[in-house]
Amino acid sequence: MELKKTVMSLADACGVSGDENEAAELALSFLKEYTDDCYIKNGCVVGNFGERCEGKPHVLIDAHIDQIGLIVTYITEDGFLKISGCGGIDRRLLLAQQVAVLGREKIYGVICSVPPHLSGDEKKVPEFSDICVDIGMTKEEAEKIVSLGDRIVFLQHCRELEGDVITGAALDDRCGVAAVLRAVELVGNEKVNCSYTVLFSTQEEVGERGAKIGVYDIDPDIAIAVDVSFALTSDDSEIKCGKMGNGCMIGVAPSLDRELSVQMMEIAAENGLPYQTEVMSGETGTNADRFSMNRDGVRTITLSIPLKYMHTPVEVISLADVENTARLIAAYIKGVK
Amino acid sequence: MNKELLKELCALNGISGDENKVRKYIIDKIKDNCEYRVDNLGNIIVFKKGRKKTDKKIMISAHMDEVGMIVTSVKSDGTITVSAVGGVDAGVVIGRNVSIGDKSIPGVIGSKAVHNLSAEEKKKAAEFSSLYVDIGTKSKDETEKLVSLGNSVCFASEYFEFGDGYVCGKAIDDRFGCAVMIELINSDIEYDCTFAFVVQEEIGLRGARVAAYSINPDFAIVLESTTAADIPQVSGEKRCCELGKGPVVSYMDRSAIYDKELYAMSQKAAEDNNLLWQTKTTVAGGNDSGAIHISRGGVRTIAISIPCRYLHSPSCVAKLSDMEASAELAKIMIERICGL
Repeated sequence: MELKKTVMSLADACGVSGDENEAAELALSFLKEYTDDCYIKNGCVVGNFGERCEGKPHVLIDAHIDQIGLIVTYITEDGFLKISGCGGIDRRLLLAQQVAVLGREKIYGVICSVPPHLSGDEKKVPEFSDICVDIGMTKEEAEKIVSLGDRIVFLQHCRELEGDVITGAALDDRCGVAAVLRAVELVGNEKVNCSYTVLFSTQEEVGERGAKIGVYDIDPDIAIAVDVSFALTSDDSEIKCGKMGNGCMIGVAPSLDRELSVQMMEIAAENGLPYQTEVMSGETGTNADRFSMNRDGVRTITLSIPLKYMHTPVEVISLADVENTARLIAAYIKGVK
Repeated sequence: MNKELLKELCALNGISGDENKVRKYIIDKIKDNCEYRVDNLGNIIVFKKGRKKTDKKIMISAHMDEVGMIVTSVKSDGTITVSAVGGVDAGVVIGRNVSIGDKSIPGVIGSKAVHNLSAEEKKKAAEFSSLYVDIGTKSKDETEKLVSLGNSVCFASEYFEFGDGYVCGKAIDDRFGCAVMIELINSDIEYDCTFAFVVQEEIGLRGARVAAYSINPDFAIVLESTTAADIPQVSGEKRCCELGKGPVVSYMDRSAIYDKELYAMSQKAAEDNNLLWQTKTTVAGGNDSGAIHISRGGVRTIAISIPCRYLHSPSCVAKLSDMEASAELAKIMIERICGL
């Protein structure tokens, strides 16, 4: 696969939590290249690889397919849309953002709130109750196209920055989806000592709900949650962040399997893959928290791609980190004993 | 309204003091249909012969520049600090794509993840002092090969039509005015006119000041875009003006008290021609009229503006019907003033 193209097409697809279909269908079409045994169940994309049998571990490789966005809650008398957040939205950057409303057809609009010179407090960030989406329609026209509960995404297409750096609105976690697809490609038809299932799970951004139901059916022995994590930005602290371009961030946390963490670092070192250690002090805030608690418990690890400006319309990643994460996953699968 | 022309004009990057791309585009469009010169500040001064001569010297003016940002320093990690050029709120800049300099280097203005913001930070509006542009480089050296101090930083937003005849994009303020003037220059007009495509409106009406001096007109019509706050959260007179209700002609704003006779004439002209017409319900904003009406011994001045939501953002919203009516009113006003 052409990694850049895959990442960009996935990140340009729409799939806000609970309405992931467009992104899920696209991911499924990519997954079909590698296995015939793939499908969408309860919104989640599932693809099975290898014969499951006693004595061989079954590995779950997951990335979430949903992205943060907005949801329509009301249509005002003058045809503007009242909205709420779907996932963790930074309200400081909503003003005058261009959006697409995913109604009966896709329509465009602009987010508005009371202009600072009228609100009286120029330093104040608007509450959702003060925010609307302008779609340039009367209420009657709007109701023909927009229903309450329709999702709204930022109108951003991926762009290439310097080097191998990409910016886009849904790189969290479509670059993880791309990494998993690339890992599957790298393992290819090689005979491996495990069976594995790929899961592109829904509703991570609202509480890892797709992961919870997805993992139950798959019932793995080992789970790998591939997500994004904080890459250092000019305005953040080095203590909290990894560095973009320095390789996959391997999770170490009380809620993760310590042996798996160590094993991943060893595999990375053996294969000359750059990596970083991401230490979390309890749960991880990722799908891993759900996987480890599945049924009677699953040994779980997080592998994260460092990403700048998380949950903004201009998330930033380095493609090398995606490739290196894919290689690490592939090396792990190939090395399972 | 020539929609393609407006779209192309809005796509050009030209913050105040760096209007070159806009100027070149305009000259290319009009050069065969007029006499023109470019003055010391970069204004294009155009003389267009009409079917009739007139003893009234009239100046039609629109500004070429747009608001944006300018590169002020490069940090050791390769990111770029910026200052606003013109009245730009940091809240419409954070979380956006931008484009830097003549080579249009793509960049983003991000922010640390919302997860890592303190409760206090979440409630505090963005400020320019803490914003920076990331172009994907890792060091100062790398950035300095691509970007220089003083480079222009422009919004890289989308341009689209939506809803019931609305358009959204950057720089509609005042490429709308430029589009109307290009069309007038390329058509047969009734009377001799002087057109001025001026620079540096957004940082203090500077291009218009010198253009008005050199043109030395008796009358001036300024074509502009003005703030409309007609959104659900704002009611009554605070809405200022509304989209879909036609050209906005002010009696007074913060830059000028407009010629009373011309103000009344514009309302009558609209009525006579079945055009919508509105005025502002607050004394707010300003435009090149502020510089033009007190040029030399005084110039009788009127401004015809389209109402525009989210002015000075990457997503100005205006209505095509207002644009058409404003262009029509401008044409009629030229004829009525010259016929005085």
